[in-house]
Amino acid sequence: MKHESVEINAGLLIVLTLTVISIGGLVEIVPLFHIKDTVEEVKGVRPYTPLELRGRDLYIREGCYACHSQMIRPFRDEYLRYGHYSLAAESKYDHPFQWGSKRTGPDIARLGEKYSDQWQTQHLVKPQALVPESIMPPYPWLLKNELMYSDIENRMKALKATGVPYSLTAEEYQANVTNFGQPMADKLHIPNGKATLEAEAKGRNWDGDKERITEMDAMVAYLQMLGTLVDFKKYDQGYFASFR
Amino acid sequence: MTMSTTAGTMAGAKAGSMAGKTAAVEQYNYDIVKKFAIMSLVWGVLGMFAGVWIASELAWPFLNFDVAEITFGRLRPVHTTLVIFGFGGSALFATSYYIVQRTCQARLWGGRWLAEFTFWGWQVGVGAGVILYMLGFTQGREYAEFVWPLDIAIAVVWVTYFLVYTMTLVKRSQPHIYVANWFFMAFILATALLHIFNNLAVPVSFTSLESYSLFSGVQDAMTQWWYGHNAVGFFLTAAFLGMMYYFVPKQAGRPIYSYRLSIVHFWALSFLYMWVGTHHLHWTAIPDWTSTLAATFSILLLLPSWGGMINGVMTLSGAWDKLRTDPIILFMITALSFYGMSTFEGPLMSLKSVNALSHYTDWTVGHVHSGALGWVAMITFGSFYHLIPRLWGVAKGMHSTKLIYVHFWLATIGIVLYISSLWVAGIGQGLMLRAFDEYGNLGYTFIETVTFMHLPYVVRAIGGMFFLAGIILMVYNVYMTIAGAKRSVEVDVTAGSAAVAR
Repeated sequence: MKHESVEINAGLLIVLTLTVISIGGLVEIVPLFHIKDTVEEVKGVRPYTPLELRGRDLYIREGCYACHSQMIRPFRDEYLRYGHYSLAAESKYDHPFQWGSKRTGPDIARLGEKYSDQWQTQHLVKPQALVPESIMPPYPWLLKNELMYSDIENRMKALKATGVPYSLTAEEYQANVTNFGQPMADKLHIPNGKATLEAEAKGRNWDGDKERITEMDAMVAYLQMLGTLVDFKKYDQGYFASFR
Repeated sequence: MTMSTTAGTMAGAKAGSMAGKTAAVEQYNYDIVKKFAIMSLVWGVLGMFAGVWIASELAWPFLNFDVAEITFGRLRPVHTTLVIFGFGGSALFATSYYIVQRTCQARLWGGRWLAEFTFWGWQVGVGAGVILYMLGFTQGREYAEFVWPLDIAIAVVWVTYFLVYTMTLVKRSQPHIYVANWFFMAFILATALLHIFNNLAVPVSFTSLESYSLFSGVQDAMTQWWYGHNAVGFFLTAAFLGMMYYFVPKQAGRPIYSYRLSIVHFWALSFLYMWVGTHHLHWTAIPDWTSTLAATFSILLLLPSWGGMINGVMTLSGAWDKLRTDPIILFMITALSFYGMSTFEGPLMSLKSVNALSHYTDWTVGHVHSGALGWVAMITFGSFYHLIPRLWGVAKGMHSTKLIYVHFWLATIGIVLYISSLWVAGIGQGLMLRAFDEYGNLGYTFIETVTFMHLPYVVRAIGGMFFLAGIILMVYNVYMTIAGAKRSVEVDVTAGSAAVAR
């Protein structure tokens, strides 16, 4: 076939171009849904609780991913600075993923429980009060704004539709009891959504004020669980390397 | 007596050529081209201002002013969306509608209103999108932050664009489809494919602007960077090559250097680009095989990229003297040079060992801007300086050639400041973060690298200001050209009727 036949036929040009541009994506994306080793099998990873989920929504709203990654690479300096390298399994309930592409600030994949709730709250209100050289913007409104959570159950349902195991039926709930234990299964039960969120917000002194449920409560709850789900002491190094 | 007759004839001839131009305006739909070109400049100024602002926030954080709407995290997608989709997108609509009509010798298909729909749809989409980011509504996916209702609206606009473009090709009165149109076609098809698959999401409810992406974790990362890199590959490269393939030969007054090269590099570029997205995910939890494939194809991609650059630059062979006399050619050749440089730097950074240092640092940001400012914006400026006088029928060209030169130097100095300061910031930070002291402990804390980056950030912001000053000057020059065109039409009409009376 002479190339000229493509140059005089718009239909052929479209069909051939579409074919050529489809191949790369098909080869690289489709297998990731089918190759079992893509996501490690590991204990501890679970969906976000309602309060953490709202915190994650705020993380996305504020565009935190523009400056913070949540993906530790398998290098010695990153191990010393941030901890064990990130597993694929640790973001398997992340819709969308928040691995980030730029570290204007440090990686926060394992930020959880490194600092106190009080530190996190003060830092978000005014980062420079705790880290004078910091160039992070202050987020005082998180402490002022009441958390909007009337649609929490819709949010959980939407995530359930994408495949996150929040439960609606008795069987789904039972499966969660088996996989995550009963206290967690209760938190992941969609009809309990609002009540769970309120109990979570008032059950710990996230932002220093137990009475009001603020955006800060949700944000701190999210930051404090980041990277804490997998107990790496239970696995030896060779185990995770076998998935790479 | 003789003198005045000559003057009269000349005025008559000029009026005649103006009448010819009116006929050309009727033959082609130039109105839509003008609208997109003007909006491209409007978004360009706003988007580059947003860029300078966020660059300054990094250098002087007080500029966040504790105002949620203008914090870095919310303004950054405002900047990227305005420059990529507002400035770049509108420029591509303008030039593709112009080129497809000229090279097919056919008026835009679909009548006035379909093209008009793509115009308003695109402008409202971009405008609504960035206002919503500032209010906190985003999908949290880089370069695809638009909320789901806007994603659907944009998809509709894009399909309309595809129809208008394709049907104009179909009804062409030229036997061949000119090479520029292949690139625009690949851009339209790829953007549709990427936009639709990367934005698959489940809305929280039908009354909510928020949604959760259909895929998660590894698969989501793969899809997003397949999208993200090909937004660069097809939106910011293939389409602007289409622009190059028309305006460089036109401005140089010479045919394309090698037709065969354009065929080879078109198919190679279209095929290879789609494989390389994963080089944004080296050393992450993505499986190693995808990352290795992406690195391999990134190296291969150097060949078709340079094929395009060589084809563009060599078009000027035999007319190199124009670099001394024509600032528009200067813009175009500089754009091609930056294209060549950044498509060399890209494959270099896609090597896993280099990427281990460069990833997550400002080196990446600098690289993107050597492509975006050096290639995309410079080729657009050059093309617009060629296009604007023709659209408004100004025979003598732009209002001021001197201002084009000033713009060129402001832009070039701006880019050089920008990319060299970010090489310092990026490579410097990368080296500091991996430094160990003699006992094997980390050499620096993270915050020490932040302090180190202050000076490069200041220089980068200044570089951005230079570039912004350049486009503002261009807007003035364009305004004066258009205003001058309107005045000269009035003068010509008076002179013409005087000649007829004589």
